[in-house]
Amino acid sequence: MIRRWLTEWVSLLLFVAVLIAFGALSPKFLEADNLVNILIQSSSTAIVATGMTFVLLTAGIDLSVGSIMFISAVIAGKMVLAGLPLAPALASILAAGLAYGAVNAFFITQLKVMAFIVTLATLYIGRGLGLWLTQTRAMNLPEELLRVGTARVIGVPFPVLVLVAVVAVAHLALTRTAFGRQVYAVGQDAEAARKAGINTARITAAVYLVSGLLAAVGGLVSVAQLGAVSPTFGSQREFAAIAAAVLGGTSLFGGRGQVFPGTVLGAILIQTIENGLVVVNADPYLYPLVTSVVIFLAVLIDSLRNRQLAKLSRRKMALG
Amino acid sequence: MIEAMLEFDQIYKSFSGVPVLRGVSFGAEAGRVLGLVGENGAGKSTLMNILGGVLRADAGAVRLAGAAHEPASPAEAARRGVAFIHQELNLFPNLSIAENLFITSFPRRRLLGLPLVDRRASRARAEELLAAVDLRVPPGRLVGELAPGERQLVEIAKALSLDARVVIFDEPTTSLTAPETERLFGLIMRLRGQGRALIYISHILGDIFRVCDDVVVLRDGEVVGGGRAGEFTQERLISLMVGRTLDQLFPPRESRPAPEPALEALGLSQPGVVEEINFTLHRGEVLGIAGLMGAGRSELARILFGLDPHARGEILIGGVAARGNSPRARIRDGVAFLSENRREDGMLAEASVDDNIALVALPAYARGGAALIDRGRLEADVARAAERVRVKSASRARQPVKRLSGGNQQKVVLAKWLLADSAVFILDEPTRGVDVGAKHEIYRIVNDLAGRGAGVLLISSEIEELIGMCDRIMVMRRGRIRATLAREAFSREELLRLALAPEAGGNEGGHA
Repeated sequence: MIRRWLTEWVSLLLFVAVLIAFGALSPKFLEADNLVNILIQSSSTAIVATGMTFVLLTAGIDLSVGSIMFISAVIAGKMVLAGLPLAPALASILAAGLAYGAVNAFFITQLKVMAFIVTLATLYIGRGLGLWLTQTRAMNLPEELLRVGTARVIGVPFPVLVLVAVVAVAHLALTRTAFGRQVYAVGQDAEAARKAGINTARITAAVYLVSGLLAAVGGLVSVAQLGAVSPTFGSQREFAAIAAAVLGGTSLFGGRGQVFPGTVLGAILIQTIENGLVVVNADPYLYPLVTSVVIFLAVLIDSLRNRQLAKLSRRKMALG
Repeated sequence: MIEAMLEFDQIYKSFSGVPVLRGVSFGAEAGRVLGLVGENGAGKSTLMNILGGVLRADAGAVRLAGAAHEPASPAEAARRGVAFIHQELNLFPNLSIAENLFITSFPRRRLLGLPLVDRRASRARAEELLAAVDLRVPPGRLVGELAPGERQLVEIAKALSLDARVVIFDEPTTSLTAPETERLFGLIMRLRGQGRALIYISHILGDIFRVCDDVVVLRDGEVVGGGRAGEFTQERLISLMVGRTLDQLFPPRESRPAPEPALEALGLSQPGVVEEINFTLHRGEVLGIAGLMGAGRSELARILFGLDPHARGEILIGGVAARGNSPRARIRDGVAFLSENRREDGMLAEASVDDNIALVALPAYARGGAALIDRGRLEADVARAAERVRVKSASRARQPVKRLSGGNQQKVVLAKWLLADSAVFILDEPTRGVDVGAKHEIYRIVNDLAGRGAGVLLISSEIEELIGMCDRIMVMRRGRIRATLAREAFSREELLRLALAPEAGGNEGGHA
């Protein structure tokens, strides 16, 4: 029982431990300004990870989210630099994300290619396309965009506002709509879902659309904060997104997990660690190492958790 | 004559040329329970899969309330009022009871444009359905937290929610305790009273006589008997199920078992899987294991081969304790395993016949410091092994085994173990899905193995096969060996009687 409890709450415990550790190392870390900063910095990852959670819940995977962030930002950037007003450019970011998700969905559900393979390919295609469009040069975007990114609405920073809206809708959709519950059913057992009359192809296609859209939204939030699109923009964000979801209790095997608090907490945890390393003046070359250890831990925990759950349910069957 | 709710009319179905259903015709009436019985492989599941939209018949018609019933999918069959209560339930343990009930038909309401589930309505409706099946738990509880019997009631509630006209119960009591079984029977009686047509499939003949009004017996894809349940006795049903006389399928074996042990199990136990397994397989002996699906036969085979762990007990090979517990260790000790599911774990489907045969014995052909394979010797030995089992293939070196017939695939797997020079063969359903000619050849190989002094443990669901091949037969039921019969005592009726629980309900298994 204790072990089960531990595996369920491990990310929260980890979070508290990280807060205490960095707080002890540097008093600056726990200041309100810094904590708000962490929240702002983690918004983009949390939004992308929210989309990723939909995909993971169906036992799928979307490796292309980092490239979606990049390519949609590039397209929007080109439009802004060509003199188009900001609003249609931002809308086209979302359209690009949806379109990219649709491509993934098409190959996965219609041509029945493994999600891992499809999204690995679209990861490289998106990156390549973006690099070609930008000629591998960074794009500096107008001040106007940066003003949006750093704006506050009744004291709430713009990125956090977007995050709250995204998470609220995603959480409602997953927990309270027929679509959301069918996502969980498909992830638990696709064959049983099909037998129960669920249109599994439609559900699967939908989660990649959601993932594509939210990757673009995450990219938008990030671009609005940076004011520029560099050639490495969004690179390797797929791993941060997967790690955030898994740290938050979403299973890579499908059927289990939630956006709130799970994935959001996971994303904040990862950002907290990075922020903490900066605040305590750790060697910058150490960051990727620490982050990768956290990601490894997340996957390890998921694996253990699954074995534990399998054992519990088997025991229940035997006792029945 | 009461109008039949459901009618099967001359249903035919074959799988890759092997006929499974050969002109099955019978009807099920509304307000009655029809018992469908037959041995494993008699065609019951195929017939029910056709009814449920999983398979399509090659010829013949199904009529539901007088109208043609040809569902293209399980969902369509469900919409037309055919509900299945499966042996392994189709529920989502990660969702609540109410969500499982309404997964495709949630009551909805809109909030800010989002089509939300109307949780209050779905809870109320779920409570109604649960009351109808006498399950008193909150509909918000996760299905994963329910006992097997309760899960089954949820599945029945789901059938009620679709207002099913035909409800099929497939071995519904195998995972139930005695009180749960009683509750289920009460519910079946109530469903019958509501004018639904019920089909009850079970190996537990006592249960058939308790709940069924009519029975139909299937054997080899044909209806061999049927009528009012009262006109049958248990003995008559069994003899109808078993039927035909043994033909020339089984080649005679000249050799006799030797006294030396090849494989021994001493008190093997794994909680919830097998209990207190004791037996000795002698050299040159073919020892059979009979039992129903789920009796623990394949699980025992996996434990013996080191694929699954065991909590207690010992395994001896050639009179010596087995070294370690892994397939690797077993192979080193000379044990061969032919799994129930050769497509999944018995062979490399894409690889050639030769590569498959060489797979296990390969290390023995490596030599020198670089451990290079002695190709000449390997090829000669592979050819000899292939010759011994008479594999028929276009090209041994190039043809992938997935292109071979089922019988030839099985021979390739056997040849692999011949090459490894194994002394103990664990064969789990070696002739499943192969035609009669290939069966005969596999039996010949088994006799050949025994003749050369190997011990063969033969698991089979075909009683004729066990009787025709074995020196002794052990009967397993609910994870235990219930009896061991010597050749003189072999009889189909006795084996079937031992494999089924002797009394109605069969609760002596101790799971309750």
